[in-house]
Amino acid sequence: MTTREEIIKKLAPKEFNKLGVIWVSLLCIVSLAGIIAYIDQIIRGLEVTNLRDYAIWGVYISNFVFFVATSFVGAFTASILRLSQKKWRTPLVRIAEMVAVSAIAMAGVAIILDMGRPDRIHYLFIYPRLQSPIAWDIIIITIYLAFSIMLLYIPNIPDFAILKKHHQDKPFLSKVYGFLAINWSGSANQIKIHQKTIKVIAVTMIPLALILQSVDAWLFSTTYRIGWDSTNLGPYFIAGAFVAGTGALITAVYMVRKFNNLEEFITEKHFDKLGRLLVFACLVYLYFNMNEYLVPAFKSTQGEVEHLMALFFGDYSLMFWFSVGGGLILPSILLMFRKMRKPFPMFIIAILVVVTSWWKRYIIVSPALLHPFMPIQGVPEEWNHYFPSLHEWLITGGTLALSMLIITIFVRFIPVVPIQRTIDEMGITETENDKN
Amino acid sequence: MENNKTEKETDRRKFLKLGLLSSVSVVAGTSLVSNLASVDEKLQSEKIRLLTPEGKIVEVDATNINKYPEAHITPTESRKGIPNRKFVMVIDLAKCNNARSCVESCQKAHQLDYHDEFMKILLIQNNEEDAPYWFPKPCFHCDEPPCVTVCPTGATFKRDDNIVLVDNNRCIGCKFCITSCPYSARIFNWGHKAKFDNKDIPYSPETGIPGTEGTVMKCDFCPDLLRQGELPHCAKACPMGVIYFGDKNEDIVTNGIETLRFSKLIKDRVGYRHLEHLGTKPNVYYLPAVNRDFPLERGLDKDEEILERYKNVPFIEEFIKSSKI
Ligand code: SF4
Ligand code: SF4
Repeated sequence: MTTREEIIKKLAPKEFNKLGVIWVSLLCIVSLAGIIAYIDQIIRGLEVTNLRDYAIWGVYISNFVFFVATSFVGAFTASILRLSQKKWRTPLVRIAEMVAVSAIAMAGVAIILDMGRPDRIHYLFIYPRLQSPIAWDIIIITIYLAFSIMLLYIPNIPDFAILKKHHQDKPFLSKVYGFLAINWSGSANQIKIHQKTIKVIAVTMIPLALILQSVDAWLFSTTYRIGWDSTNLGPYFIAGAFVAGTGALITAVYMVRKFNNLEEFITEKHFDKLGRLLVFACLVYLYFNMNEYLVPAFKSTQGEVEHLMALFFGDYSLMFWFSVGGGLILPSILLMFRKMRKPFPMFIIAILVVVTSWWKRYIIVSPALLHPFMPIQGVPEEWNHYFPSLHEWLITGGTLALSMLIITIFVRFIPVVPIQRTIDEMGITETENDKN
Repeated sequence: MENNKTEKETDRRKFLKLGLLSSVSVVAGTSLVSNLASVDEKLQSEKIRLLTPEGKIVEVDATNINKYPEAHITPTESRKGIPNRKFVMVIDLAKCNNARSCVESCQKAHQLDYHDEFMKILLIQNNEEDAPYWFPKPCFHCDEPPCVTVCPTGATFKRDDNIVLVDNNRCIGCKFCITSCPYSARIFNWGHKAKFDNKDIPYSPETGIPGTEGTVMKCDFCPDLLRQGELPHCAKACPMGVIYFGDKNEDIVTNGIETLRFSKLIKDRVGYRHLEHLGTKPNVYYLPAVNRDFPLERGLDKDEEILERYKNVPFIEEFIKSSKI
């Protein structure tokens, strides 16, 4: 039988191996390139982007929407799984929570990138106007970020206490873990409060996640723009977030499992369950897509025709069919087969889902702006089209790399599979040795 | 309609004052007194003729006219609006021949670059059978302005005198107002320009100059001119008298050539507002392009660029094809 010590040893975060170092360096380089490009954007203004008077929002905003969407699953799934008390969820929730914190934090960063005057961001608080959907967005993102951090941190307290002991040979690390463990002793009373707190946060997280996605959708649906002006947009965004988030979760779970050799704890059964979840998410999202595209196509009002033509056959058709066909239909079909729900095929499918989810946001945001009610006349030809500039790509790439870097750092210092819980579930009692 | 017209005169400036200042002596009487003290003798004897709401012409001392022009209107002051006014614009599509004087004079006054147009002349053709017409489009200064609703900082605001302005000192450049304006009335300062550094004139939201990098701008109805009793630049510049401007409270609009009753003009000519169904309640009205004064082609005999501008309009496509043969 495995002893407690063995489990701790297996599950405690490990130092990066060679591959880990390469991975982190790569992320650092891409992030750095993004930061440099952003500094240049601050100096020269938004002129460095390909945004112009008609394509007012572009890849920065769609990237923002992608992050918001991805943050959904983390918290939502984690809460549902936590509340459902299913044993198999134990190794998944924490990775989900890490993805959530990283994504929502980067969403906050991503929206600033699009601002013409980031130096005036505090005006949002000095001159607040609550009727603006941007104000709602800022409020909900802040709250959601705070709750996501709590949902990641609080369940971790017992593990931090374990790690404090485990790392006694490294005084500094041990001290940090000790600080984070805030005097956790594992007494019955502490456990009771701990369980209760987690439950309250997990329950609160569900409405928060739904509000977050809806508010994000309302940023668009409160305008008159064809393509955004839809009462379907709230649930559409929620369903889309489910897809993007589940995809991101599977990708992260696979990579963490591979690099930390956690096959024993994250089994094929987990992938099978996640695969089923992803099919379900894709099908629901497909349904909302039908509402979003086919109903307007049926009516074919003048503006809708222009917009849909650009998506189905025009400038955006490649991305459109890639995201709907490759990102929704194909995964749903493939994942129906048990063979495809094995770790590696799932990993490939999940990457496809994440990439197409990203493009999906892009084709939600930018085409709608190029078909305003008033015809676009008397502007340079390039203003009629939009494709991100090098600056925009570098900066966007930087945000994506940063988000992965955050997850990587979490994985480096926080046990991805909860130690205490695994021990409890395996029914291992503490040895005399541990109690001291 | 005829009896609404006042007599025609040659001195344009005075006409401008006719309509707009018609009730200055009544409404702003108290504030004018204080101005009197500082005015020199010669000016005091100058008389200006004004039109009262009853349609009578009265002579008023020149000094009784608001002396705002010299005053700098700070961003805070600019939020209030000119008391007791409800500004409104009427654009007579039947008279427009794409002279572009409105666009050019507006760009000059607001120090705009070539592609930055507060006033845009669109060529609208509703369907292939339909006759295309010129459609000058400023900001509509909506009574239910979506741009104001979505602004998170109040940088865009609606004043009591109907005007919607942007305060470039407060705008954070989120561009939400641009996405929410259904009339594409807003433009953005994407980069830095040398002219923004010109600090000779202190910034006022009423003039919009100097501009600021990373903020929005749009047509402002020229409140600085309105305070002086003049028409906005576009209305003043139009050689065809297409653009009427006035005050709904007084029910008067003028294009500088004739002064008309606003309500009667709209009724007689079946004036309409663009995209009425959106509920934005614009303050710019259009008189339909029927019985036009000029053939449409008159607006095309300009440079190549004009054809390029409208190349997607079916009529122009035809026009280009046929003229090439
Ligand atoms: S036309 Fe556009 S910018 Fe002008 S007030 Fe209306 S919504 Fe605002
Ligand atoms: S861009 Fe400026 S004026 Fe427009 S909504 Fe944002 S802060 Fe307000």
